[in-house]
Amino acid sequence: MQTKRTIFGNKGLPYLLLAPQLIITGIFFLWPAAQAVRQSFLREDAFGLNFTFVGLRNYERLLDSPEYLNAIKVTVIFSISTVILALGVSLVLALAVDRMIRSGRAYTTLLVWPYAVAPAVAGILWWFIFNPTIGIMPYVLETFFGYDWNHLLTPSDAMILVVVAAAWKQISYNFLFFVAGLQSIPNSLREAAAIDGAGPFKRFWTITLPLLSPTTFFLLVVNIVYTLFETFAVIDATTEGGPAQATNILVYKVFRDGFVGLNFGSSAAQSVILMGLVIVLTFVQFRFVERRVTY
Amino acid sequence: MVENQRWLDYLAHAVLILGVVIVAFPVYVAVIASTHAPTAFTSGTIPLLPGGNAVETYTGVFEGGIASQMSVPIGVMMTNSMIMALAIAFGKIVISILSAFAIVYFRFPFRVLAFWMIFITLMLPVEVRIVPTFEVISNLNMLNSYYGLTVPLMASATATFLFRQVFLTIPDEMMEAARIDGAGPMKFFKDILLPMSQTNIAALFVILFIYGWNQYLWPILVTTDDSYQTIVAGIKRMADVVDSEPLWNSIMSVTVLAMLPPVAVVIFMQRLFVKGLVDSEK
Repeated sequence: MQTKRTIFGNKGLPYLLLAPQLIITGIFFLWPAAQAVRQSFLREDAFGLNFTFVGLRNYERLLDSPEYLNAIKVTVIFSISTVILALGVSLVLALAVDRMIRSGRAYTTLLVWPYAVAPAVAGILWWFIFNPTIGIMPYVLETFFGYDWNHLLTPSDAMILVVVAAAWKQISYNFLFFVAGLQSIPNSLREAAAIDGAGPFKRFWTITLPLLSPTTFFLLVVNIVYTLFETFAVIDATTEGGPAQATNILVYKVFRDGFVGLNFGSSAAQSVILMGLVIVLTFVQFRFVERRVTY
Repeated sequence: MVENQRWLDYLAHAVLILGVVIVAFPVYVAVIASTHAPTAFTSGTIPLLPGGNAVETYTGVFEGGIASQMSVPIGVMMTNSMIMALAIAFGKIVISILSAFAIVYFRFPFRVLAFWMIFITLMLPVEVRIVPTFEVISNLNMLNSYYGLTVPLMASATATFLFRQVFLTIPDEMMEAARIDGAGPMKFFKDILLPMSQTNIAALFVILFIYGWNQYLWPILVTTDDSYQTIVAGIKRMADVVDSEPLWNSIMSVTVLAMLPPVAVVIFMQRLFVKGLVDSEK
């Protein structure tokens, strides 16, 4: 690992400098994670007094439980829809801003601020707009399409609501990275293609999109991580996993089973599975970032 | 642009205006709702034009009490959020800049181990270790305290890596010159490294402030006492009234107030914000 050509010779000082970071990491990250792994092999009796070692039983029961399989299915649908919506909308906006010479900055300012809105607040805002009795969207849907919106009863409506809220919050982030990605594509390439007679759409498919793929891939990973973990607040502030578990994504289920259901063994096993997932995603992200950084 | 195609420019403007409208619409609705009286929400649809009740709504939430369905006055919640956001941003920066300094400018046994320990925090978001982390906090008697709210969130791999990158780009000659002049490590840190990383610190501060302000799951876990409630976590409790219709005008005014500080930071410090965002993802 890289250091400087010359270094300071102090023996104790570096440990002292690292101490706060490592103490916090140890107490609040590593220890709980180890506990989660340990608890995932145990079962607790109803009073929380006795633990029995049950091996992989917690995992087996999870994978046999229709509720957990449902949570996986819901998570996959939720993640894929949110990622596609968030990436798609922000790519279109970034392409449009990239054409602008003078007004680009103004549009950017108007588009980036939702980054600062908390996921929980985003959830509440869309919850209000889609409120079945007084919300504006159900009114529009009813009047123009004759559709009776009710996310309190209809599972697919609830899913659409959380997808829209989660994607809305993520647009500004993706937009900024897409704009940066587009600006790094040399104009000469597009000019050359234009001279060869390629129209704007052909240029997009054959030049812009392939050259943008590192950015897209990076955003894909970041967005998947976002939908898997940070959207906890969106779900909790709106549907709370309902109706009938239709929006009960994996992170939310860990929380509910642990704190509301007090099923620690199962919750711990779910935590461990999620940790595995983050480790894979982080690994993918860093492998990719290493290749991307060429300066 | 490559060639002059008018219709494409118009299309681009149309797309962007539509985008801005979509992005702003929910917030517009919230602002409008906060200017109405509670009776505006009992029937029909959400009003889309401003009402005349703004002053009453906002003074209501600032005073707290039954009229606004709030158990905690908004001032308390905003102060808590502010303390939390500032403490997390400040703490994370101090802790990570010190560890980055140790990792880059010293060579010592277990250096690589320390680096990996910091790296691992990236893979353990709170969401995946909720119950055991809660147990630790409760065993340490840190529930319902500002320490519990902030300290566990202060470890940061991203910030440490960012400062490591910054330090690696600082020329070696700087340190050699400092050493020839007889500066010790802490003097070098204070007089050379800190001033040279000023913009990075500021950019990171912006991102971390937003991060801290917007925390949701953590405050819910750690605080049960109302006097420690943060605004982002508090909105949900307001919307969750069991017996009566929620007072939408109060809820939306609290939502607006909850968005205000971080959004203001993004708008007024856009340059630092963008820099912080891009830097912290490298």
